[in-house]
Amino acid sequence: MNSRKNLGPTLSRLQQQLDVQGPRKYWQSLDEIAGEPSFQELVKQEFPVLADIWPSALSRRKFLALMGASLGLAGVSGCSVRPAPEGTIVPYVRQPEQVTPGIPLFFATAMVHGGEAVGLLVESHEGRPTKVEGNPNHPGSRGATSIFHQASVLTLYDPSRSQTVTHQDHVRGWDDAEAAIELALAEQRKSGGAGLRILTEPVFSPSLADQIQQLLNDFPQAKWHQYEPVNDGVAMAALEAAFGESVSPIYDFSKADVVLALDADFLSEGPGALVYASDFMDRRRVRTGENDAGQASMNRLYSVETAVSCTGAKADHRLAVRMSEIEGIARAIAAAIGVEGVSGTDGTHEKWCAAVARDLKQHRGKSIVLAGARQPKNVHLLAAAINETLGNVGQTIRYIVPPAAKPEDPLASLQDLARDIEQGKVQSLFILGGNPAYTAPADLRLSELLKNVTQTFHLSLFKDETSRLCQWHLPETHYLEAWSDGRAFDGTPSVGQPLIQPLYEGRSAREFIALLRGQRDADGRQLVRSFWKQEWQKTHLNGSDGDFEQFWRSALHDGVIGQAAEHKQVALRPDWQDQLTQQNGTGDTGENNLELVFQADPAIHDGRYAMNGWLQELPKPISKLTWGNAALMSPKTASKLGLSYESFAHGGEHGGFDVPLVDLQLDERAVTAPVWIMPGHADDSVTVYLGHGRRSAAKANGEWQETLGFNAYELRSSEAMWFAPGLKVSVRSEAYPLACTQARHLETKHGVIRSATLEEYRHDPRHAVEHKEEQEGGKLVQIEQPITLYKDFHYDPPQHKWGMSIDLTTCVGCNACVMACQAENNIPVVGKEQVLAGREMHWLRVDRYMSGSMDQPEEFHFQPLPCMHCEHAPCEYVCPTAATVHSAEGLNDMVYNRCVGTRFCSNNCPYKVRRFNFLEYADFKNETRRMQYNPDVTVRSRGVMEKCTYCVQRIRQAEINADAASRPIADGEVLTACQAVCPTKAIVFGDINDASSTVAKWKKSPLDYGLLAELNTYPRTTYLAAVRNPNPELEQG
Amino acid sequence: MTYTGSSYGTSAGMPPVQPIPFSHQHHVGVLGIDCRYCHTSVESSSFAGIPPTKTCMNCHSQMWVGSEMLQPVRESYRTNTPIRWKRVYNIPGFAYFDHSIHVQKGIGCSSCHGRIDEMPFTYQQPSLLMTWCLDCHRHPENEIRPREFVFDMKYQKPADQRSLGAKLMDDYHIRDAHDLTSCSVCHR
Repeated sequence: MNSRKNLGPTLSRLQQQLDVQGPRKYWQSLDEIAGEPSFQELVKQEFPVLADIWPSALSRRKFLALMGASLGLAGVSGCSVRPAPEGTIVPYVRQPEQVTPGIPLFFATAMVHGGEAVGLLVESHEGRPTKVEGNPNHPGSRGATSIFHQASVLTLYDPSRSQTVTHQDHVRGWDDAEAAIELALAEQRKSGGAGLRILTEPVFSPSLADQIQQLLNDFPQAKWHQYEPVNDGVAMAALEAAFGESVSPIYDFSKADVVLALDADFLSEGPGALVYASDFMDRRRVRTGENDAGQASMNRLYSVETAVSCTGAKADHRLAVRMSEIEGIARAIAAAIGVEGVSGTDGTHEKWCAAVARDLKQHRGKSIVLAGARQPKNVHLLAAAINETLGNVGQTIRYIVPPAAKPEDPLASLQDLARDIEQGKVQSLFILGGNPAYTAPADLRLSELLKNVTQTFHLSLFKDETSRLCQWHLPETHYLEAWSDGRAFDGTPSVGQPLIQPLYEGRSAREFIALLRGQRDADGRQLVRSFWKQEWQKTHLNGSDGDFEQFWRSALHDGVIGQAAEHKQVALRPDWQDQLTQQNGTGDTGENNLELVFQADPAIHDGRYAMNGWLQELPKPISKLTWGNAALMSPKTASKLGLSYESFAHGGEHGGFDVPLVDLQLDERAVTAPVWIMPGHADDSVTVYLGHGRRSAAKANGEWQETLGFNAYELRSSEAMWFAPGLKVSVRSEAYPLACTQARHLETKHGVIRSATLEEYRHDPRHAVEHKEEQEGGKLVQIEQPITLYKDFHYDPPQHKWGMSIDLTTCVGCNACVMACQAENNIPVVGKEQVLAGREMHWLRVDRYMSGSMDQPEEFHFQPLPCMHCEHAPCEYVCPTAATVHSAEGLNDMVYNRCVGTRFCSNNCPYKVRRFNFLEYADFKNETRRMQYNPDVTVRSRGVMEKCTYCVQRIRQAEINADAASRPIADGEVLTACQAVCPTKAIVFGDINDASSTVAKWKKSPLDYGLLAELNTYPRTTYLAAVRNPNPELEQG
Repeated sequence: MTYTGSSYGTSAGMPPVQPIPFSHQHHVGVLGIDCRYCHTSVESSSFAGIPPTKTCMNCHSQMWVGSEMLQPVRESYRTNTPIRWKRVYNIPGFAYFDHSIHVQKGIGCSSCHGRIDEMPFTYQQPSLLMTWCLDCHRHPENEIRPREFVFDMKYQKPADQRSLGAKLMDDYHIRDAHDLTSCSVCHR
């Protein structure tokens, strides 16, 4: 199609390159390490060689259709000598009490995702929610959020959301639906609801569960099922078997010295991840004099996993094994620790297991062993037993009543429902949320079964695969449009307030259940409030209405409406070992026996966020792939399959790869998938992300929307929800383009990433920063005095000198900062074609680096990379129109209205953080989409360069607030968007002139270094080198 | 350049036709209503605030209740439909102006809006060209007045404005020209 260069190094050649290069070197992609001359040439080009400004007409139409909320073409506005067109000002008729136009309000609410409700503070501009922040008062947030919370605000304004009730795909009104519901229920009432089924996602809302229970009281024969494709049902069942009652574990990483994660990505996913990451990383900020010997100390993390997760990447020791081998390792470690009744060794990893067991034993009561939700029952039992044997229970681990309203295994629940439908027992099925037709295991054939149900109703945010198969589709409200409640990972309940009236005809799940109970116009607020009033009255027997009102108001204000669940004293049942089933298939690593592993997509989760352009375009933490999924496998496995690494790199700083397509076949099911070689992946195993390749993701503009990628659910069966042996792979002759944003960004020979072990740090805190280069035989030019022809800038106090510092030790690569930046700064989505061309617009990216061999990378590092705001900014010197200049406070200002688009600045920027708006990516036209834009930041048109501003709008607002009160700006008063959401506080921002500020202290740390500082740029953003804490026993070869 | 800088190019001095012929001259000049009675958020927000219909009705539910001229106001209040005023001061989307900080630092209303109290129909007084903004950001001492006179329409600069301005710059902790002319002070 376009002029591309075939880098085409073979795998063996790549490996040779690594072998000869000796000491530790960080690399980003396979062809980089090959050191190909063509690569070297491409590295120097910033913008890829692409002939057409627009991709081919057909593909462009496809991606436009795909992303209603994210894309759109706006008309080119004409030029005029008049400064601005005539506008109107539309004031309120009666101004609401608290609203001051121009000043945003923040409201506490909560969003349920992935098995927990996280408390949020949502910014509202004159009634428009625009940005989500974490609620510092909420125990599941502590001020941080994940990518899903950040991106949720885009879904609210997605024009492809369902807007009306439909029956058999014809537009109807709610009254028609109500009539149909009444008719169906009248029929059911005769039999006590024998043919009535409710299918929800696992419910974490006490009020909704209460409502459903009341409905079940009305229809005693009816059944309530819960299903979600990514769930912790196995873990829940295992713990129930081990302890004899239903419990959930809560971990306290602040007390843990040694952590072993068995396929558990606790730093970036699952309930409590934000808090766990925070606590865990608090123990990794090396501070001298911390342990008894007065030395710096850190915790230590071991990870056993198949594909590379954020947790695995942060581990001090990471063991890549097939999913099926993890149980054997758990057994070996349990046996070595001395867990009663468990025996076993793992021949291949004996030394590793022994060392880990020894380390764990030395930290009794101060360690944690976690088993991931994808692991079978045995691994959960073993983890629970190891923790009990080590005396961790009550210290670092506590058990609580599960936060779920009705804890049950979602798979078993769905199987029950499928069986009932098959047996003709179900006449009326109400599906609330979820998308089971797409996400159910393929062997249940739920899509076909749905057709056998007489009356089917689906309440959902989008008209999706399930809606398409149900007779009635009913639009649901977004969480920012409805009253709700939910429980945090530790059981703390919170109430979710709506920020805006429903944009469309949606109703909430609560209002819908009320409708089933005969309340036609139930008010969501009343439903939630009256439930909590009843709860409150249980403890306030003589409380007046006024007292409750006060309680309710403070609960809404704080975002928390009760206490965390109490800890339960539980002990392993004496016969817990009997629950351990026969180990299966561990040693089965035969040449031709490939294992297939499923994983929730790190960006779009189980597919529910597939219509969200921000998440689709978010580079996945390790692979840095956007827009779709791939079959991930190790370089060795790829070689074995005869896949030579013949990628066609599109060139430039980032962009696309043409990769081979393969057919994945498991039993009689098959899909076609592109291959992505992931160093660090376990051999003989292939990981696929769920959630892609949706055929009816939404009906918008009269058409069913498709999403990119392949549908991995087609391979998933209820016997093997997470991994299965016996995968057959056959290579096709075609190639497929994958959009990867970090094929290459920076040349790495100058110590882009610097790291030291804890030992090295103790020996010399400057080790990472200074000695690194010598080790590698390179020369690090240390510049003591600025070398410049230009006049120096002066920032004498009280003048501010803004700066940023980023801690590479604590960054877990979760991408929350990237999403927050996108939401705060009106960063557009460009679509796959444009990412392939290297034109993604993220102002902040997270680069990941690896070191060691291709087959067994030793270290992974994440490096968030915003604009460095260089003191000697190369971009400033080359701009012919002075569109990028130094501000008095040291910011590298970007002035859009001066920019004429020469792109000289970007060519001269060694960090490649400047983004050029090649086409009109921003949506100026769609009224709904436009509501999300932050009014404090310009929405850029095409033809201008843009980049990180250090969230200058937040700086200015803080300055104005402080100025108005004639006081200095306090440290921490200006939080950049990326800093505010970071769960591990890896980013700090502040005034370097203020010696007491955190950022000034970090910059004095012996770990502080400037990225490419040898180029004499004097970056304002600097990094703290990564410190790792490997086990000396395992380090010695 | 002459053309763009002319009042045709800048719209200065041309009162747009408003849905209601509201007169600042009458309300401010004759009746003596303070600016902040209607523009309530001028001291606290970037946006000074255009009064909601309710503010008009505070008085006009008592006086001139039958006036035909005020029919659109009553209509707005009755039907809960906002009045759509024509914007007089149009600033481009990439420039961010904040009323509160200017008022705090001793920039009077009349410095930018002119003698509003003498305008039967409101018009844009200055050119609003960037150079006009910069005149003051480069030499704030030429315009700053004591805070107590900020809302005083009849305020006249004293003869010793430069020395008074310099003193007030100091008293009010106003930043120097280098700082005030950084691009990101207004553009972001």
